[in-house]
This record gives sequence, C-alpha cells and structure tokens, in this order.
Amino acid sequence: MAVLKDATAIVGIGQTPFAKQLPATERALACRAILAALDDAGIAPDEVDALASYTMEETDEVEVAKALGLGDLTFFSKVGYGGGGSCATVAHLAAAIATGQATVGVAWRSRKRGSGPRPWKNTTVQLPTPAQWTRPYGLLRPADEIAMLARRHMHEYGTTRDHLFNVALACRNRANQNPAAIMYERPLTREMYMNSRWISEPLCLFDNCLETDGALACVVVSAERARDCRRTPVYVHSAAQGLPAQHHGMVNYWNDDPLTGPAWTAARHLWKHADLTPDDIDVAQIYDAFTALIPLSLEGYGFCARGEGGAFTEGGALETGGRLPVNTSGGGLSEAYVHGFNLITEGVRQLRGTSTAQVPEAAACLVTAGEGVPTSALLLRN
Amino acid sequence: MLTPVVDDDGAPFWEYAARGELRVQACADCGEFRFPPRPCCPHCRSFAAEWRRVSGRGRIWSYVRPHPPLLPDYAEQAPYHVVLVELADAPRIRLVGNLVSGPGARLDSVPAERIRIGARVQVVFTSTGLPQWVLERP
Repeated sequence: MAVLKDATAIVGIGQTPFAKQLPATERALACRAILAALDDAGIAPDEVDALASYTMEETDEVEVAKALGLGDLTFFSKVGYGGGGSCATVAHLAAAIATGQATVGVAWRSRKRGSGPRPWKNTTVQLPTPAQWTRPYGLLRPADEIAMLARRHMHEYGTTRDHLFNVALACRNRANQNPAAIMYERPLTREMYMNSRWISEPLCLFDNCLETDGALACVVVSAERARDCRRTPVYVHSAAQGLPAQHHGMVNYWNDDPLTGPAWTAARHLWKHADLTPDDIDVAQIYDAFTALIPLSLEGYGFCARGEGGAFTEGGALETGGRLPVNTSGGGLSEAYVHGFNLITEGVRQLRGTSTAQVPEAAACLVTAGEGVPTSALLLRN
Repeated sequence: MLTPVVDDDGAPFWEYAARGELRVQACADCGEFRFPPRPCCPHCRSFAAEWRRVSGRGRIWSYVRPHPPLLPDYAEQAPYHVVLVELADAPRIRLVGNLVSGPGARLDSVPAERIRIGARVQVVFTSTGLPQWVLERP
C-alpha cells in the first residue's frame, strides 16, 4: 500500500446536468461527463488507456472507448454492489496507474434512475436468488432493508428521528447553496420532515435519496503527471474496499453484528495506510442513499464510538462550521443520486477550494461509498 | 404476491416449510448452524450438511413498516410489519418474515402498537408453505 499513497491524483472532474428526467440516453450522458472531465484535466481523449465503472453501469467500456475515440486501453475494471462501488472505481484506476498498467484513467457513472423503471412499483420482476429470503415477505426495496438496521440502532442506542433529520437538513442546506443541485433553493424544515409521508417506518420521504438522471466522471493520473495538468492535483492518499466476513449484500442481517457493516472493514484498512486520522479530516462526503447510513458510517469510519452516530449529528455538527461538514454539494439526498459519484467530485472541489459550500482551507476529505453493501472509500488530500 | 425463487442450496428449507417444519441448515461435521443455506460450512469448510429442526420460537430483532410505492399485492396490505426474528435455538440465525395474527392472515393483521423489539414470537405456516410469525402473547 505504501506504493499507492499519494502516488496518483484526480486531475479532472465532469458532470452533466442533474434532473428527474433528461432526454439523452445513459450512453450519451456518460460520454458528455467523460469529455467534460478530460477537458477539465486538459487531457485529450486519445490519451486515455484505462476505464473503471460499476458493474451496474449499463454503458460498457467498448461503447465509451469507441464513441469518444479513446486510445488503446490496457486496463478496465468494474466494481460490484451498486453504490458500494463508487470509490473503488477511482481506487482501481489509482492502483493500475501506480503499478504501471496504465497512465490515464477515467472513472464514470451514468444513470437514468429518475425516469427509469422502479421494480418495486411498476413490474413484478424475477427475484434474484438471495431475495428468496426477503422479498416474499414484502421487504421489497433498499429503503426497507436499511430501515431494519435503523430501527435496531434506535432501539439499542437511542437514535431518534431528530438525528436523521439533522442529516437530511445538513444535506439540504448545502444543496440550497449549490445551483447544480436538484434541491437548490428548496429549503427543508423540521416540520416538513416530521409531517412527510412514510416510506418504510422508521424512514420517511426525506430519509431517502433523490431519483436522478445524470452522469459524472473523473480523471486519474500519476502524481508526476498531475503536476503538469491544468488543475491543482487532488491526491489519492488512501483507498480501501470493505466486504466483512459473513456479509450478505445489503441485507446483512446474517452477520454476528449487522450494525457493524462494511464501513468498519474499509475503515480499518483506509486508516492503517494513511498518515491521517479521523481528527485530520476537514470535510467528508458520506454515502447517503438513506439518512440512517450516515450515523452508521460515522461510527464505522471512527468519527465517534459505536452507538454514538446519532448523537454526533447534534448541535449542527454536520453543517458548515460544524465538527464535520458532510455532503457539501447536497449529497445523494439533495444534490443528485448517481450512485455516490457526486460525492467524489465534490470531494475534489473541496480540495481545490471551489465548492459552493467551501470549507476554509480544506486539506483532507473522506469520501465513502454505500454502507450496508460491500463498500469502498477514499482519503483525498491536496 | 412474490413467491420464493428457489436455488439448490435453499430448496430443502422450502420443502420442509411446505410440510410445516422449520429447519435450518447445519454442518454435519462441526454442527454449526448457517443461514442463508450454502454449499460449505464457513467454520470448518465441510461440505456435509444436514437440516436440523428448530423449535420455531424466537424474538423480534428489528422490524419495519413499508408504505407504498410497493408492488400492487403488497401495497394493498400496507402498511404491514416485516420482522427480523432471531431464533431461540440459534441466536445467530435471523429470519425475515411477517408478523401476523394467525397462519395466512393479512400482512397488516397485527396492530402497530403490539409490535416491539424483543417480543417473543412463534413460527406458523401459510397454506403455501411460507413461514410467518405470531406473537407468543398476543
């Protein structure tokens, strides 16, 4: 791992507009986001020799490489488990570049979730095998699966809906500062939160991420090459994936301890190979498909002790100027839900000093991928 | 309603359930229970497995109440209780299921105020062999 530390940097980021519905195809959105990221980096498309995305990405490498006129690819990778894969796409590219398998890597995610089908609403889909243990009972959606953990956390540790509201509010407040966010200029109040409809008790509407069409990308090169790029390099300081022993997808109820999720596994490796500790983190982008993932992740990544994730959110801790500002673009809850890739690009903006909710002199940022599912994380620094 | 799509490892669970028996896969060598079913014991790596009958008693570890949007059959009975039951005979084995007032009852047949974490429950079976859970003290 010593070879990975600061050996590579993110030098370009790009994105399409975010909306509930965009007319372009996922393929076209992917191409636009990747070109924007390459332009941001000042690197020509034919210099790209590595690609990485999610296994859930439906635009294949061959389509991207062909459409954009990329060069010969010598490395390509796809990471599994939905939103758990976001940070690992960058980590795979960093590893490939640090070990000489490639020189210019692009990671991306393109998704039409806002205008696409919702299997729990419109259609009766064929159940994947693990679903035989959950779906027949009406545990149909990711929200239901995470609500099970949220209820248990509330029971064991006194976590409250006010704590979850603190998470939703912090994300919304930052989105209100971000013109690119879907929830720009749409404030959230405690009254709105508490009176909103249930999705899966104890989770209400505002505990759930947005449904978004959009795409994002970023460019990774060696630290040496990064020094000659157009933008200030944002170094990949540490990276990790996490799939705990005896884990089982998002429905991880068959661990010895379901509240100690993949974040804990990723965190151990992430910090072990870093010069930083949680105290050194100025700003964090924490995967927020559901508000309840944030307290669980705060515990997993060591910002507080087990069971204290709810209480951590009190007193504006997650807001700008708080103990740990989070999801400063609005996150999946209020900017866009593109499987967490917007958390990576926002981490880059913070370390460049160009966020719409800039944390003064931010020098270190944690970015995490989906908790509950096998996950990944990055420590970025400038 | 969705019916289980069964795989080779899980098939015995459903065959026993159809006969009204709750059985859990266990290692035939070291004896450890495991769930969901799989080909190999994670404790001793033996491929020898047996299906051990359990009492069907357990406690609610957690629960949720889904509201629409849901598949139509489920939306019609929403909000209902989905429970995670920790088996009395095998505390590390947790089964997702529904808390109902009796075998085959509607998914919303237990009033919300009756459910709590830690409540003792007992397994029952629908006519199609789906395990469900009733409160020991309704």
